[in-house]
Amino acid sequence: MITVEGLGKKYMLSHQRREPYIALRDVMAEKARRLARRLAHPFSGTESLMADPGFEEFWALREVSFDVEPGDRVGIIGRNGAGKSTLLKILSRITEPTEGRIRLRGRVASLLEVGTGFHPELTGRENIFLNGAVLGMTKAEIRKKFDEIVDFAEVEKFLDTPVKRYSSGMYVRLAFAVAAHLEPEILVVDEVLAVGDAAFQRKCLGKMEDVASQEGRTVLFVSHNMAAIQTLCRRAIWLDGGRVEQDGESDSVVNAYGKHLQNTNGFTASLTSLDGRIKVEQIRLMDGEGRATSVCSPGSPVTIEIRYRAEQPVRLPYLWIGIRSQFGSLFAANMLLDGARPGVLEGCGTIRCTFHSLPLLPNQMYRVMFGGREADGLSMLFKATEVTHFIVAGSAEEMGLKGEHADSIMGQSAPVLLPYTWELPDGRTVPVNPFLQVQR
Amino acid sequence: MASKDLTTQGVNAQIDLVIEPGRSFRNYWRDLWQYRELFYFLSWRDILVRYKQTAIGVAWGILRPLLTMIVFTIIFGYLAKLPSEGVPYPVLVFAAMLPWQFFSSSLTESSNSFITNANMLTKIYFPRLIVPASAVIVNLVDFLISFVILGVLMAWYRFVPDVRVLALPFFLGMAFLASFGLGLWLATLNVKYRDFRYVVPFIVQFGLYISPVGFSSSVVPGKWRLLYSINPMVGVIDGFRWAILGGETRMYWPGFLLSAMVTLIVFLLAVRYFRATERKFADII
Repeated sequence: MITVEGLGKKYMLSHQRREPYIALRDVMAEKARRLARRLAHPFSGTESLMADPGFEEFWALREVSFDVEPGDRVGIIGRNGAGKSTLLKILSRITEPTEGRIRLRGRVASLLEVGTGFHPELTGRENIFLNGAVLGMTKAEIRKKFDEIVDFAEVEKFLDTPVKRYSSGMYVRLAFAVAAHLEPEILVVDEVLAVGDAAFQRKCLGKMEDVASQEGRTVLFVSHNMAAIQTLCRRAIWLDGGRVEQDGESDSVVNAYGKHLQNTNGFTASLTSLDGRIKVEQIRLMDGEGRATSVCSPGSPVTIEIRYRAEQPVRLPYLWIGIRSQFGSLFAANMLLDGARPGVLEGCGTIRCTFHSLPLLPNQMYRVMFGGREADGLSMLFKATEVTHFIVAGSAEEMGLKGEHADSIMGQSAPVLLPYTWELPDGRTVPVNPFLQVQR
Repeated sequence: MASKDLTTQGVNAQIDLVIEPGRSFRNYWRDLWQYRELFYFLSWRDILVRYKQTAIGVAWGILRPLLTMIVFTIIFGYLAKLPSEGVPYPVLVFAAMLPWQFFSSSLTESSNSFITNANMLTKIYFPRLIVPASAVIVNLVDFLISFVILGVLMAWYRFVPDVRVLALPFFLGMAFLASFGLGLWLATLNVKYRDFRYVVPFIVQFGLYISPVGFSSSVVPGKWRLLYSINPMVGVIDGFRWAILGGETRMYWPGFLLSAMVTLIVFLLAVRYFRATERKFADII
């Protein structure tokens, strides 16, 4: 059904510009500069003129090969920048590969984002038709599915309201509902499930399972949600640095990936403050014993260590660290609110922040955000950026959740868990203590 | 569920696709046909949005050509006293305003269309030619509004067109080709060199003076007329006047043929340049 052979995609990275496009003005200026250089040194070799230090090659994908049989559900995992999205973009013909080839049979529908083509001024009804057309459905198909879509999205009452008045939840539900009713042979899904509330996410996962198992569709699914990958996919491909690291049964690949994350130290690229005075050289995560890690267990401590070097003294800065999940911001530590600010940062040093007991559900990915300002809070040092991520590994039972399917549902539930107690009508009192394991 | 979709699946299962570097997809033009509904929906979206957002949407469509016509009539007809070929000067101007307004708004919108739809371009596959084409089509609505005004204006002056008016769709087609060709070219350049957006307003402003909108092209001295017709809009506007004003209006055929040829060449070159660049759109936009 899908044959991928030696696929590669090269990007040219520019060190000077942030945007991929260029201004004709700059091209002409560069040409003129080269011409002037050539006139000034008519006998120097051409090589020096050709070498362009401003660009660097970057292979987002290299020598990727695999086959997918009809009806297969394949999960694609890997860290940010491993090439997952590039692979999906090539598969959906949005961008072209630099080498290799893909052969496929059947109509491909790609869901790289929910609500592509939605227009805020148009009503829900109008957007269903528009979005359906964008995703490659014909008008007749959309008409046939219209009621089902509206039903799935639960927006009957607001069909004739412009979507700009929708709540974000309604918007996402409507957008996913349209996509979920596509009928391609090959469905390519990027992390679109990372939106909406838990109940709706569960509904989406269920719908995707139906689509794949009952209707025999081929599904390629990128996610950071390991539980979702394990429930939905029999097979997983782990990409790392643009190459296939492992390809096999989803349980074993997910495990191997988890182990790998545990062994890498969560090192991230260095950050330089907006004014260039201070540099964060390393941000890493450490477990209770001070070992670098990127896999934590629920209820255990995690320390975030920031190593900085200040070229010039920075007075009264405040930094903050936040933890995000697919549901948004969960909690944060902010030096300003806490009244814990260094008077001045000079030279090299480290700052550590320890969350003593992570009240987080396992099998989800969490992102660590970092930012900072100086003195009065008006001058920004670091814009809010994702600096690293970690996974919480463990089982539902460790968390004190003993219900049926607890393990598979957990990955789609709100991730912060505090101790609580149920008092049931039959007189039973059921305490749920997420940190049982740790306290013992 | 599965059985009712058997037919669509049966058809689609035939589609075999090879994705390779440098391969312009063999079935591109067939894809374009398959995505005709998207084309229809995008045009429909743009029309809906345009007339929903501006409170005076339709009024603006009427006011703009009307005011321009009045100003041009005063300046060229009364102050400069240019010849009007035996028709009321406002009608002479308005017959040219029709294609010119269509051309200038189409050019402006289509040349920006890839940028304004960048989000779609990086998230979904479809033949990208649809985007600038639908940006041009949208302006047909304004064109129709203007056309009604022209009808009213002609009734006011008791001016009856003759049978030549039937040729109007042909000249409208030419106006479409001219604006789509140039618009597509500029839109493609705009993706790569973002400063081309500054070129478009200049072309539109400049074009108004080098096209015979406020005056008849017969005021151009004979020996310059062929050269003048390199501007594709000269042919289109002359064609519109010939079809609408009828009677005395004579067509300068060599000039018209030159205009038509330039239009066609620009269009073909634009499509070629666009097709060569299209594959890299998602990477650079």
